[in-house]
Amino acid sequence: MKRLWRWLIPLAAVPVLALLAYGFRVSPRDIPSPLVGRPAPAFALATLGGAPLDLATHRGKVVVVNFWASWCYPACYEEAPVLERNWRGYRDRGVVVMGVDIQDKREAAEKFVGDLGLTFPVAQDLKGTVSVDYGVYGVPETFFLDRQGRIRLKHVGAVTDEVFQTTVDRLLAEAPAQ
Amino acid sequence: MSRLVVAWLATLMLLGAPVHMATAQSSKAVSETAVHDVAAQLRCVVCQNLSVADSPSEMASQMRAIIRERLAAGESPADVQRYFVDRYGEWILLSPPRRGFNLLVWLLPLAAVVVGLAATAALVWRWSHRPHAARAMPVVDPAMSERIRRELERES
Repeated sequence: MKRLWRWLIPLAAVPVLALLAYGFRVSPRDIPSPLVGRPAPAFALATLGGAPLDLATHRGKVVVVNFWASWCYPACYEEAPVLERNWRGYRDRGVVVMGVDIQDKREAAEKFVGDLGLTFPVAQDLKGTVSVDYGVYGVPETFFLDRQGRIRLKHVGAVTDEVFQTTVDRLLAEAPAQ
Repeated sequence: MSRLVVAWLATLMLLGAPVHMATAQSSKAVSETAVHDVAAQLRCVVCQNLSVADSPSEMASQMRAIIRERLAAGESPADVQRYFVDRYGEWILLSPPRRGFNLLVWLLPLAAVVVGLAATAALVWRWSHRPHAARAMPVVDPAMSERIRRELERES
């Protein structure tokens, strides 16, 4: 009986240690999005230039929706050239890149777009409704939509050429929408 | 007569006016509490350890505006909460819902308290019953105690 107890007490720590070992490996910032696989929430905003930016008009294309802010340094500054480069490279193949600027000032957003020479459409989400619809919790976050308008990938952090190209190539290879 | 009625009506309206204003104000205050009640259940997405009600961040204030808009549109607090859970997952709830695997979080502490109380009770019972045995135990050799007494006397 005594011997049993001598083993039982240290053994009781094992499940606790296992739980901690699991818990410390999981980043509390990696929040799984329940939106992946679901239809992308619709939105209609106006670009900085004043043109309408309606997601619905791009159905049938592979759409990349990027949430960013001018105060998001350095990640947004790193990925903007990547998005611009790939937008130029893919736009003739039925790919649309659009930027949604959140929690930002108009002048700062215009300066960002001008400084980085962005040519893809960029709109401001002034009330935050689009970002909450997409479950955005920080910038940058990028959503890759297939031709059926479903969210297929949510990328947290700066987008790289590799992430952009492998994801978009995969979505382009799928059968076009009926 | 009719002048009296008019006077009465005027008095009633004057008396009624502040009451009316007060009710209008209190209904506005209630909706503010309603917004707070929903916001207090939600985790602020940019700060993570604050609720949407307590966070000073812009994101949280936008979320409070969305909560207010949805409540004003006639949605119930549960509907509004579901809207956020649909987009952010259960992660956004500050207290996990009491079902499935999450029940562990609610039941384990209770189980621990019960086990702890039982263990304490068992130990207390054992300790309170041991002294009888302990008193009866030491059998000292009379010769030995005699020798100790003698040696102590010699020392002093």
